[in-house]
Amino acid sequence: MLDSFICILARDLRLALRRRTEVFTALLFFIIVVSLFPLGIGNDQAILRQLGPGVVWVAALLAAMLALERLFAADYEDGSLEQLLLTPQPLAWLVFAKIIAHWLLTGLPLVIIAPLIAMQYHLSASATHTLMLTLLLGSPILSLIGAIGAALTLGLRGGGILLSLLILPLYIPVLVYGAKAVSVSSTVASAGQPYFLLLGAELLLALLLAPLAAAAALRIALE
Amino acid sequence: MLTVTNLSLRRGERLLFTTLNFQLPAGALLHVRGRNGSGKTTLLRALCGLLPIEQGDIQWRGQTLTSLAEDYYQDLFFLGHLNGIKGDLTALENLRVAGRLTHNFATEIELQTALNTIGLMNCSDLPTRILSQGQKKRVALARLIFSRAALWILDEPFTALDIEAVALVQQLITNHIKNGGSVILTTHQEVALTSGTLHQLDLTDYSPVCTNLNPIHYTTSHSDLLSC
Repeated sequence: MLDSFICILARDLRLALRRRTEVFTALLFFIIVVSLFPLGIGNDQAILRQLGPGVVWVAALLAAMLALERLFAADYEDGSLEQLLLTPQPLAWLVFAKIIAHWLLTGLPLVIIAPLIAMQYHLSASATHTLMLTLLLGSPILSLIGAIGAALTLGLRGGGILLSLLILPLYIPVLVYGAKAVSVSSTVASAGQPYFLLLGAELLLALLLAPLAAAAALRIALE
Repeated sequence: MLTVTNLSLRRGERLLFTTLNFQLPAGALLHVRGRNGSGKTTLLRALCGLLPIEQGDIQWRGQTLTSLAEDYYQDLFFLGHLNGIKGDLTALENLRVAGRLTHNFATEIELQTALNTIGLMNCSDLPTRILSQGQKKRVALARLIFSRAALWILDEPFTALDIEAVALVQQLITNHIKNGGSVILTTHQEVALTSGTLHQLDLTDYSPVCTNLNPIHYTTSHSDLLSC
């Protein structure tokens, strides 16, 4: 069973390496959006410090949305998804592998680039640290919940808009906890803890339920 | 042994066919026929467990598909209208993924042999997206060579193939039947079979428009070469 997980993960990563433009779109979008705000607002450090956490998190949410549509679409179009449904493996497990691959390609780069982004907003060292941690906890939730939406809207006309309407409300808790954790930790370093716990709880819940829900939605999409 | 009892299928609002009954024993081929839109593909997809059934029952070796779930797919090979291969991977990489996912631990040599047999050795390191339609189909069909599934369900396997490849696939099907496997296929071409039994099923007979309740009639024959 682990073998099939690794097989799908390796396949998706390899495919992404051969289609680099698609992979880097989300990351570039994130960097550009976040960089536009300091240019528009001006160089007032106090204001930037206050706006920073919210802006970074909103941009992360939108960047995650951008890449979601392609999560199952390519496999759906060429028939590989049909073949995945017909393998002697639990579908939720294969879907989980696809979600992890998606997160490694679109979520993890945001975590890594976060310190550079934090500098633009003059965030303190502890706030930067918190920003990276919340992104590390929060971005997998975005991929997991997003996968349910991507599976539900698979093969629909105008699925992109529907996907945003479906998924963005579910992203709100992640946005609130993530941004709040960063802004409180810029004054007291340890004040972000409750938000970490909330994010952690949501991550566990999403890990448990999202692959199952996405797999069920995929079965319906392929009827 | 695949048993279909009293099957009705619906596509959207339209009832495609009703009270379909047949049995497919090991070592037999079922050729599903019918005019365009009569529900051949729908039937095949339902037999794969991809579609919900309106009415009736499909059993594989005495157990319903729903109770078997993933275990059924251990015994099933399905090729639909879409090839199910990734355009950015090479033919060999595609086969490797297919082999690993279906749990049959095909060795690297087996995969190479499969590519050789299907006649794609020269383009084994090219991404499949630049291959021709027929060559893509060949990549998808190469999976048959190392498949260990007992039941093959093939939807129009001969489209886009040249004469040589059609003969090869027919040979693969014949060998599979000889080894006690079962095959269900739809095609508008002639099907030749040198051993085993050939059943035919014409879906037009079960279309609800005709409202006929005549019993199942498929021709069974053991002749050397059968055309249908």
